[in-house]
Amino acid sequence: MKEQTVIESEYEQTPLVARSWKTLFKFDARAYTMIGALLAIWVLFSLLHERFLSPTNLSNLFLQMSVTSILAIGMVLVIVAGHIDLSVGSLVGFIGGVVAMLNVWYDWPALPVIIVAIAIGALIGCIQGWIIAYKAVPAFIVTLGGMLVFRGLLFGTTGSVTVAPLSPGLKAIGQSYMSDVIGWIIGSIGLLIAAALVLRKRASRGKYGFAVEPLAISVARIIATGVLILGFVAVMNSYKGIPVPFLMVVVLALIFTFITRNTTFGRQVYAIGGNPEAAKLSGINIKRRVMLVFVLCNTLAAIAALVLTARLNAATMTAGQNYELDAIAACVIGGTSLIGGAGSIMGALIGALVMSSLDNGMSLMNMESFWQYIVKGGILVLAVYVDIHTRNRKNNAA
Amino acid sequence: MSEMTTALEMRNITKQFPGVKALDEVTFTVKKGEIHALCGENGAGKSTLMKVLSGLYPTGTYDGEIVINGEVKRFSGIKDAEHSGIAIIYQELALAKDLSIAENLFLGKEIAQWGVINWEKVFKESEKWLTEVGLTDVSPETRTGTLGIGKQQQVEIAKALSKNANLLILDEPTAALTEQEVDILLSILREFKERGVTCIYISHKLKEVFSIADSVTVLRDGKTIGTYRVDDITEEKVISLMVGRELKQLFPRIESQPGDVVLKVQNYTVTHPDLTHRKVIDDLSFEVRQGEIFGIAGLMGAGRTELVMSLFGSYSGVASGTVEIERKSTLIKNTQQAIKYGLALVSEDRKKYGLVLGMDVKNNITLSSLKQISNSGVIDQHKEVYQGNDYMKALRIKANSVETIVGTLSGGNQQKVVLGKWLMTKPKILILDEPTRGIDVGAKFEIYTLMNELIKQGVAIIMVSSELPELLGMSHRIMVISEGRKTAEYKAEEASQEVIMTAATGGRAG
Repeated sequence: MKEQTVIESEYEQTPLVARSWKTLFKFDARAYTMIGALLAIWVLFSLLHERFLSPTNLSNLFLQMSVTSILAIGMVLVIVAGHIDLSVGSLVGFIGGVVAMLNVWYDWPALPVIIVAIAIGALIGCIQGWIIAYKAVPAFIVTLGGMLVFRGLLFGTTGSVTVAPLSPGLKAIGQSYMSDVIGWIIGSIGLLIAAALVLRKRASRGKYGFAVEPLAISVARIIATGVLILGFVAVMNSYKGIPVPFLMVVVLALIFTFITRNTTFGRQVYAIGGNPEAAKLSGINIKRRVMLVFVLCNTLAAIAALVLTARLNAATMTAGQNYELDAIAACVIGGTSLIGGAGSIMGALIGALVMSSLDNGMSLMNMESFWQYIVKGGILVLAVYVDIHTRNRKNNAA
Repeated sequence: MSEMTTALEMRNITKQFPGVKALDEVTFTVKKGEIHALCGENGAGKSTLMKVLSGLYPTGTYDGEIVINGEVKRFSGIKDAEHSGIAIIYQELALAKDLSIAENLFLGKEIAQWGVINWEKVFKESEKWLTEVGLTDVSPETRTGTLGIGKQQQVEIAKALSKNANLLILDEPTAALTEQEVDILLSILREFKERGVTCIYISHKLKEVFSIADSVTVLRDGKTIGTYRVDDITEEKVISLMVGRELKQLFPRIESQPGDVVLKVQNYTVTHPDLTHRKVIDDLSFEVRQGEIFGIAGLMGAGRTELVMSLFGSYSGVASGTVEIERKSTLIKNTQQAIKYGLALVSEDRKKYGLVLGMDVKNNITLSSLKQISNSGVIDQHKEVYQGNDYMKALRIKANSVETIVGTLSGGNQQKVVLGKWLMTKPKILILDEPTRGIDVGAKFEIYTLMNELIKQGVAIIMVSSELPELLGMSHRIMVISEGRKTAEYKAEEASQEVIMTAATGGRAG
């Protein structure tokens, strides 16, 4: 009987307010580091160049980060599943070429072009995913091959010439902005949803007897989110409004965050990356899931291709070059583990914002492009070093 | 007790982790030249104590002092401890499997001049150390991965000795060894003792402890319970000291409630995944009924694991023969089908095959039953927490909450999480491959009790185990296999360790 009570007491939660304050700060340490780094980069650039934080430049920055972000969203899934996709950069170039050819040379209107582009992305994802999952060829090799093949296809199909200009309808994907009123409406809806989510989480955690964060923190969270969202809308509206590509990023990020957190598919992908053997023995169809991950990743690459081509108003031979590396870097800076099993969409977006801020800031200062490569490479290694270092410290403490 | 006869003294060691006191004023004294066993349930603090001793937790991260041969030592790392003659051999061997024995022995201290290795000298030296541990039938050039686990362990011991170790710590050395290999290991240790090597022996297997050790120290909940000479104490007493209560019986077997035959396997043959002409399972037939525990015995490599993995659709060799589940002939090609037919497999290696260590308790428990907690692919988080909590309580998993990361739990609790995962699939046939390997006495008992609950509910259990007392104590029928063939089947009351060992060695006793 005595034994019983000992064990029972170990189940007891410690629903102390003090504990939840502590865990709150401990848990989000990683996220805070990333956001802190981002702010440091912003402060630095705003000191070095007075126009960095101007509405015009910020609008440009969010426009620029859109393509990397869309690719990074797909890449998170691939890396979490324990694979890699090196082909997305060339794929962006190739699909961009197809988009421009159909639109410019054959006068296809926007909608059919979009449908064809997405279908090609999905089909290529099927093929690459099938070879990787069912034929057991390492993803590194398959997508390295894909990287060359798609670049070659771009040169071959376009005859190595720049294809331009696009029709206005298609151009709108990459170059249009939301009107001020719609911007405010979207911002307000966003705020309401965020508030509802915070409160709902509070309520359900309370119901299970888990530690609930103090009300003050929840309110602070909602207010912070509100300031962020509405401030963003205000800044964007003072230039031309919210850029449509960035709105697409937000929508895709919400969809994929839901997929990773709330669907059986998402859960299984994390399990596959965490321990493939255990996932297999748990009755998860690994091959099918991995193939689907590549389908999603390459479909997102097609969307990125549409945005990029529309923004540049042309398909060029170098479009999308090295974009796969930017996307992978964004994921890794955002805390995705290259071993698989861990990573988040939100983190990858912050990572993409870091990479784009570096690009944007250095271009603004007219630094020569070689510097951009060197700094971005250095930052990537530094970010992972800091991550591993903090992780080790946490492990030793545990 | 004079200072000179004491090899090691750990005084008032206290080690604090956030929220837990892992060691609380532990005192541990080992005499020179003795074999000293360290016993305790999982989580009692044995591993933590050894990590303190081996320098893995450096001075300053704990309170208390370590005295070796009368000298207070302050280790700031593993190297320091090695210099003081301390060597640990872990349960999971740390050899580079693709390197030769000689390369492994001299890893990190290659005999070389200007960076060029003097192979002749390396091999000569290696042979010397291998002879020390009684490994005379293998060449130092052999690739380590080709050796059996027992021999690999001998290589590890040789490696420790070559570092001039005079205090050897063995952490669960026999967990993966066959009886024969255990005998070899124990005789090596006895020889070392003759030569004055001091040895700390950590094991759950009290039989071994009592056959080899001079003294035994029992730890419980991070505290020293006491140190005893083995001649002055009994196995039962040690167990009761470990668990802190009297265990009336080790194996709470209940009568079987045999119902219909749920699994009927006939002329089952499985080929080796790479060598298709080799059969790992050869023309095997057996049947299992509802409400009984069907034990499978055999030596390592007899094909036990291959058999159950193949039945579960997760072995890459080709299977032939017939399998009937509930009188329906089926051929299971993958694990998804196996689960659909009501099979569940708790595999022998929970970390490799059972758990996603980075995920929390509830995520692991629901992993095979996501359909139960989701609607058209969307997980109902409420349901998941409730279900996770139910299993955690029912199985008495000791964790802070269902959100605790599984990798931080002890072995016994991890095993319970794996069981929870499979119970949630509501299996008709539950296959347990080495269900109690590396877990403590208390958790073992809980797992046995759970098995009883399940057979009362009409589940059929197949239990593969290397521990004969466990098989004899819990099973209702026992099948013995040897080299992939069935060599005998006994009712529980007909079986004994002797007849099973005879059948397991292919009928050729001795």
